[in-house]
Amino acid sequence: MNETRRTVLKRTGATGALVAAFAAGLLRWQDLLAAGWNKDAFGSKTLADALKGIGAGSAADSTDIVIEAPQIAENGGVVPIEVTSKLPGTRSIAVLIEKNPFPLVAKFDFLEGAMPFVKLNVKMGESSNVRVVAEAGGKFFTTVKEVKVTIGGCGG
Amino acid sequence: MRAVVCSAALWLALAPPVAAQSTEAEVEKYRKMIAEDNPGELWEIKGEKLFMQKRGSKNVSLEQCDFGMGPGVLKGAYARLPRYFADADRVMDMEARLLHCMKTLQGFDHKAALKTKFGNLNRESDLEALATYIAAQSNQMPIDVRLEHAKEKEAYKIGETIFYRRMSKMDFACASCHADQGKRIRLQDLYNATNKTEIDRVMSGWPAYRVSNSTVRTMQHRLFDCGWQMRLPNVEYGSDWTVALHTFLSVSANGAKIGVPGMRR
Amino acid sequence: MADPMKMRATLKGDTAEVRVLMSHPMETGQRKGPDGKVVPVHFIQNVEVKLNGKTVIEGQTSQAVSRNPVFSFRLKGAKAGDKIEVSWLDNKGDKNRTEIAIA
Repeated sequence: MNETRRTVLKRTGATGALVAAFAAGLLRWQDLLAAGWNKDAFGSKTLADALKGIGAGSAADSTDIVIEAPQIAENGGVVPIEVTSKLPGTRSIAVLIEKNPFPLVAKFDFLEGAMPFVKLNVKMGESSNVRVVAEAGGKFFTTVKEVKVTIGGCGG
Repeated sequence: MRAVVCSAALWLALAPPVAAQSTEAEVEKYRKMIAEDNPGELWEIKGEKLFMQKRGSKNVSLEQCDFGMGPGVLKGAYARLPRYFADADRVMDMEARLLHCMKTLQGFDHKAALKTKFGNLNRESDLEALATYIAAQSNQMPIDVRLEHAKEKEAYKIGETIFYRRMSKMDFACASCHADQGKRIRLQDLYNATNKTEIDRVMSGWPAYRVSNSTVRTMQHRLFDCGWQMRLPNVEYGSDWTVALHTFLSVSANGAKIGVPGMRR
Repeated sequence: MADPMKMRATLKGDTAEVRVLMSHPMETGQRKGPDGKVVPVHFIQNVEVKLNGKTVIEGQTSQAVSRNPVFSFRLKGAKAGDKIEVSWLDNKGDKNRTEIAIA
């Protein structure tokens, strides 16, 4: 798998300062990859902006992305989400909680040797759609699953 | 970060039995998925470190603490607790014994030892980490609390009495919530202590990582928390009251295979 | 960082299922501390998974990942003895890593 450095930089959303530092020879390639964090996308307050921030503004619905999550979460602070992408050539998986104050929660890039699969625990402020976006073959695909959040009875 | 979803609860209350069953199934799925990866295991690691560390005014580790099977023997010790200890002339559960060793072996004073008994988002608890480590040394072994000494038998009887006794302002007994099948508070199902399967499942999983508290919670915390919810006067850590109840509950779960840290919402 | 991290990797054929537990407060910046002041944001931003020294997964995460994060990944073409390393970097520049060899 061969990618130009520029496209990988674009994909990981490295900030301008880091790119400049890298270009000036002050950072190693490895440092750049490790330090990239898509501030714009993670700071987006609407779903539309977050999707745009990861380049997925016009993602197509797909049944080849499987979200495994409980319909009811006893505690919104810890909601288990498991994602498997069956799309051939899946390069990344992003997890968004539509009704969270900042919808984008995580984005994983899969290089050679990794399967397009991830399980993580997320915080949900309220019942919401969990939206997953997968990038495969240069295109974006998406699917949703609703998770209801409720509090338990013992108040603790 | 927590929102009350009244509409969901109301819908579930009005929904036909079929929907209620699938609600249970989905909650079961939630519990199964969070249990697959348990942050409580990190408390076990922290606890081992603390256990071996020289601490207190006497600057010694807990390695010579006798948890009932001889000084320094941890394997299987938690499974046999609570039990009678001659040097203190009382029945103690694991945490009461841990506190005893911290005071007598390590030289902690009572208040200092309990300073961080229950962790919160702002500070961690030594006792919770230590309890997780000690309990984990009995993993895969059956709960085996024996009533041999007169005080052990007495503790059981007192614990049983407490369990069924209606107390304090709200006139609740433990049994008010935990002695019938299928009870719940809002969406939180309440286990039935008189059902062997359920008491086994519950007692074999303490200490447990409590997701809503982001820390491992122990039996002492559980009793303290229930006491708070029942509006009982202050439940003292490691007190005879807690040990008696703990004895009654553990004996009820004898034979259950220990698997800690457990996981709770 | 002194806080513990724990990883487990089980081999199923040539797929390694990796489960990693991390200690981190993952503060959202919306909570008040004991002094009444807001606890500032403090969360893991980057997670990296390496198989035998080669990066295979690059993750970017937000403060909406749960406190004491746990992650599961799957690596292909893995065999017994292979080294898996997971590292993280947070918004304050703190980092931690753990490494195991697949049994």
